[in-house]
Amino acid sequence: MKILVVDDEPDVRTLFEQRFRREIRSGEFSFSFAYSGEEALTFLTGHHSEVVLILSDINMPGMSGLELLRHVKHDLIPPPPPLVMMITAYGDTDSYNQAMELGANDFLTKPVDFTALKDKLHAISTA
Amino acid sequence: MNRYTNADLLLAIGVVMLLVQLVRRLLDVPQRLPRWNRLLSWLWAPAAVTFAITAVLHYKNTHLDDAYLLVAVGAIVATLLRLRHYRPARTLLLGLAPVVLQRFISVCLQLGGYQLLPPLTTLFKIFGSLDAYWFFAMVFLARSQKKALIKQEQLREKEEQERQLIAAQNAELERLVAERTAALTQQAAELNTALDELRTTQGQLIQSEKMASLGELTAGIAHEIQNPLNFVNNFADVSAELVAELEEEQARPTRDAGLEDELLRDLKHNLFKINQHGQRAASIVRGMLEHSRASTGERRLTDLNALADEYLRLAYHGLRAKDKTFNATLQTDFAPVLPLVEAVAPDVGRVLLNLFNNAFYAVQKRQQLGEAGYAPTVRVQTRRVGDDVEVRVRDNGTGIPEAVRTKVFQPFFTTKPSGEGTGLGLSLSHDIITKGHGGTLSVESCEGEFTEFCITLPF
Repeated sequence: MKILVVDDEPDVRTLFEQRFRREIRSGEFSFSFAYSGEEALTFLTGHHSEVVLILSDINMPGMSGLELLRHVKHDLIPPPPPLVMMITAYGDTDSYNQAMELGANDFLTKPVDFTALKDKLHAISTA
Repeated sequence: MNRYTNADLLLAIGVVMLLVQLVRRLLDVPQRLPRWNRLLSWLWAPAAVTFAITAVLHYKNTHLDDAYLLVAVGAIVATLLRLRHYRPARTLLLGLAPVVLQRFISVCLQLGGYQLLPPLTTLFKIFGSLDAYWFFAMVFLARSQKKALIKQEQLREKEEQERQLIAAQNAELERLVAERTAALTQQAAELNTALDELRTTQGQLIQSEKMASLGELTAGIAHEIQNPLNFVNNFADVSAELVAELEEEQARPTRDAGLEDELLRDLKHNLFKINQHGQRAASIVRGMLEHSRASTGERRLTDLNALADEYLRLAYHGLRAKDKTFNATLQTDFAPVLPLVEAVAPDVGRVLLNLFNNAFYAVQKRQQLGEAGYAPTVRVQTRRVGDDVEVRVRDNGTGIPEAVRTKVFQPFFTTKPSGEGTGLGLSLSHDIITKGHGGTLSVESCEGEFTEFCITLPF
């Protein structure tokens, strides 16, 4: 299962690669990384229909995670759109409602509980 | 009857009393010498008594009137002498002298039975007739002298009155001046107190401006600290997992040396990351403390790239925390090699923060206008220009109207709604850059298009 992680913090890559090293080694998950919303969109247009799941931060300079979500859910052709999980440091209801309205599949708050995330990802990949 | 009476005496009385009257009126004898005046008013008495007695006795002596005249005139002369300090009195004396002298001489000649030589007699007679003219001339002179003196006296009195008036006015003026001085002194004291209060208030305002900008930062700071802390926790967790895996690997009969090396390498990398993110959080806390503290004014070599980057993020996240829907593109165009600047870092940081806050405020305002295709952008650029380092903060926000552009550095000038801005931010920033660091802070703007603040600092 191909997962695209979008976050403006470069160290997120190291973290994910270590957290999911067994899954990566076994080939269950494969991660790609983008450091901004714009970069993520470019990546998606080049690899459409490959990416099953997007994990995106909301607060990023430039295009925000919510805008990315809107593009992914409404503009990306061809369907079906990938699943999108939003991750944010601000777990406020405004952001949550907005994300849900735009069609987010899940809403996680930082600090990320990787055990829970792992379970969710396993559930998606085996579904 | 004439043969037996001394009628000449009566004539002499008339002359004497006329003279007395003249002297009294001319010289104001009743006022000047009251006792002498009474004496003079009885001057007719001896002659009258003598006349009466001689008339009864039928005794006639042609020298009686001369004798009486001598006594009476003597009394008058004595009176004049008493008044000799009065100028008309001296003039009268002078007028009387030839008459008296002439009379005296002629009486003496008669008594002695002498006769002057004929030419001398004529001369004597001529002088005698001139005496009367002389006397009246002197009387007139005395009169005019008296008038002049009275006039002088009046003038003197008037002057005295004027002098007193002036003195009174002076006293009044001095009183007024003293009153005014007291009022002014009091006002000056009041102004001094007000000035002291203003200084205190200014200090408090500067501090509250700092705290206000810090307040705006709180959410940004929380976000900025939360991120590195998450990394520290995550890297620590994952490292524990790595250690567990390594132990597992070591317990196996056939050990995978390659995997062990990889795990160890990751562990080492994670420890480095934990340290790095810990430092990042610490530096943010340190920055916040420095920002809130009153400036120590200590100059240190400062990397303006790092300072600008730090405060740009703080300002951005600060605004984001208040308005979740807000988003902007941050562009950083840092000179790769930038000389370090001798600067009070927290002060310059405050200036940058202020400029960033303003920039974000401006793009947010323009975004709220709902312009299609508008992309809020805040750019910070650093470069070296000659002997200066230049930091430009540019936003594509609402811009500053030309009418307002010259006022933006004035204290208490703000375009924000009341309660949102102190109006001190740019004023303090200007002071910090120009007075504190010998640099310049200028602004360029086009309404509805952009605003660009430019800081130059010498290195």
